[in-house]
Amino acid sequence: MTIEATSGIEHHASRLNDPAKLKTRYASEARFRAYGIIALGIALAFLAGLFFSIISNGWSAFLQSEYRLDIYLDPAEIDPEGKRDVTRFGLADYTKMARAALSKAIDLPEKQDRAMKRDLKELLSRAVDVQIRDTVVADPSLIGKTVPIWLLAAGDVDSLLKGAIDRNVPEERRQLNNRQLQWVDKLAADSVLQKRFNSGLFTFGASSQPESSGLAVALIGSFFMMLTVALLAVPIGVAAAAYLEEFAPKSFWTDVIEVNINNLAAVPSIVFGLLGLAVFINFAGLPRSASIVGGLVLTLMTLPTIIIATRAAIRAVPPSIREAALGVGASKIQTLFHHTLPLAFPGIMTGTIVGLVQALGETAPLLMIGMVAFVVDIPTTATEPATALPVQIYMWATSAERGFVERTAGATIVLLGFLFVMNAAAVYLRRKFERKW
Amino acid sequence: MIYKRHALAVAAVTLGSLATAGAASARDQLQIAGSSTVLPYANIVAEQFGKAFSQFKTPVVESGGSSAGLKQFCQGVGENTIDIANSSRKIKDKEVKACGDAGVKDIMEVRFGYDGIVFATDAGGTPWKLEPKDVYLALAEKVPAGGKLVDNPNKTWKQVNDALPDWPITSYIPGEKHGTREVFEVKVLEVGCKVAGADKIIEAAAEGDEHAKKKAIEKGCIKVRKDGAAVDIDGDYTETLARLKSNPKGVGVFGLSFYENNTDKLKVATMSGIEPTVETIATGKYPVSRPLFFYVKKAHVGVVPGLKEYVEFFTSDKMIGPDGPLAEYGLVPMPDAERKALQDDVKAAKTM
Repeated sequence: MTIEATSGIEHHASRLNDPAKLKTRYASEARFRAYGIIALGIALAFLAGLFFSIISNGWSAFLQSEYRLDIYLDPAEIDPEGKRDVTRFGLADYTKMARAALSKAIDLPEKQDRAMKRDLKELLSRAVDVQIRDTVVADPSLIGKTVPIWLLAAGDVDSLLKGAIDRNVPEERRQLNNRQLQWVDKLAADSVLQKRFNSGLFTFGASSQPESSGLAVALIGSFFMMLTVALLAVPIGVAAAAYLEEFAPKSFWTDVIEVNINNLAAVPSIVFGLLGLAVFINFAGLPRSASIVGGLVLTLMTLPTIIIATRAAIRAVPPSIREAALGVGASKIQTLFHHTLPLAFPGIMTGTIVGLVQALGETAPLLMIGMVAFVVDIPTTATEPATALPVQIYMWATSAERGFVERTAGATIVLLGFLFVMNAAAVYLRRKFERKW
Repeated sequence: MIYKRHALAVAAVTLGSLATAGAASARDQLQIAGSSTVLPYANIVAEQFGKAFSQFKTPVVESGGSSAGLKQFCQGVGENTIDIANSSRKIKDKEVKACGDAGVKDIMEVRFGYDGIVFATDAGGTPWKLEPKDVYLALAEKVPAGGKLVDNPNKTWKQVNDALPDWPITSYIPGEKHGTREVFEVKVLEVGCKVAGADKIIEAAAEGDEHAKKKAIEKGCIKVRKDGAAVDIDGDYTETLARLKSNPKGVGVFGLSFYENNTDKLKVATMSGIEPTVETIATGKYPVSRPLFFYVKKAHVGVVPGLKEYVEFFTSDKMIGPDGPLAEYGLVPMPDAERKALQDDVKAAKTM
């Protein structure tokens, strides 16, 4: 036995010393490294391509063309009785005032035929009436004065300025006609029409026109859902994991539970949506399209991820810590709360954030509970209708107007930004609290 | 471990508020779901409705398809069911029955306009002149040759019709779950099938009585070839447009409104010599069009605030008239008399 072993080693050693064999071994190692670098390079190239395509398409969504127009807030139209009654303000024809101001800015004659009026109207967003009305409601003392207001340009004008509409296409197939192009160029040359930071992207709800649609409803919906998931999934998940890891007896039933938790983590997310529809909406009577239901569904989806991550983190705490605590007289629960959980904290946090990131990007389960929807009003509570960031991206991606193309990419940049921040937080927390044994 | 206790307390409060939310009363916001074709129109109306009626909240419009919308619609009456289903096809008898079984007895049907389906190629090419027969011969699974049906041998459009360019046949047609597919089958393939004479061959081969033969023709005429020349698009028109962009020699099927928003990228083909425009579709000259609907739960009128007003607002001349925002987006408005009749029906709350 010893002799054989020794001779084996000697044989091995002689092979190691053989210069020809050594060379092939070095070569194979170099090859393996090269494969690794190539694989990494391919992955990085795909990622770079994705980022380039999204950012080059989407950066312009953060700019929006607006007119700076001097609007005469006609008291005869807005407040004929002079009572400063806010409810009366809503009835005035603000679009007409905006059109008059725009026509003055282009230097058009007072008398206009129908075609010219229509051409003019098409340059303005349909949302300008709300913009002027909000200005008036915010400060009724402006009535009767001529005030400069930034008004949204129509989506096609915006797309033209950003180069998304080709000027060289023959007029009959172009979204804007030659006269409108002339007007737009004049307005841009006079600096009446400018590209400004698109704050509306973050403050508007859904809209049928690209220029007045924003992410506000989606951001708030996603926020409420993440809050629900964090508040429900973390305590439940951690408690379940701690029990299974530290207290549960090893039996057939705990094995069954373990297998099922692992299976649940791989269930297609749409199934959770079906479950949510049946349980939370049809049975519990929660409102449709509400972010609280979305949050509950995503909680169900995230739980297995958090339980699995937490169990791994608890298992990674060396048994010596527990034994020492128990040895000096701590109870099991004291050991858990004073020693094991705090030491497992970085791992739990990482798992939780990974679960949240996954939940933030989900659309499929939200389809069933009515959150893939057109929601204009900004929700203030979790029981009001809302959408989510990935849902908004999907809805914009399927819209026909040119202006939605850049908004789709712009919203993707916002979503990626959130994911990046959350993942960075996970890395930071792990680094900060990690203990080396 | 104070933070832990804190988190538990907050979670308890959240759960508590959940329970109360469940018991919360009277929904004050309209819930609409259904067809993705009707969605942009419903969005425009919902948005304008919210602006025009400050006392009501803006309705929530869900997407998801005609069938899914009608299924939800037929789930029953009450707070947690939707008020309106948008549909790009007429409700089926089966669905009316399902509705009735669930307690949804009185349904108002609103046909608010028409949508044209157009064939378009990349903007770079010459305009095409298509006939239903060309489309049938290019895309059907089996075509007639020498008195019987053979597997479709056509490889290029030129083989189908000499007037068409010598491009390989690749077309992007709506997938089977789309409402558009049915219109494509009935108004293009079936018509082309009859012109090409394939229906006679199917009829001769079919067994059984008159009814069975008719069924066989209906089924046989709309079978689309599966060798890659006809590609089903299950997504939206944006996907079809992307496919055309990567394959400029393809032919795509679009809704008129989508085409009108992308006239700089697409060139539309005429069908039977008629160019699809709002006018030719409204007058019925252009053959491939379909009516668009929405269905209203009458039991919810007067219960959910704003429902009656929304339906009246939707059907007003201001919205669906020839100068309204829906026509501007691409809806083909109804003739004046039809619209007047619809408005009267809505006023009288006429049910099916």
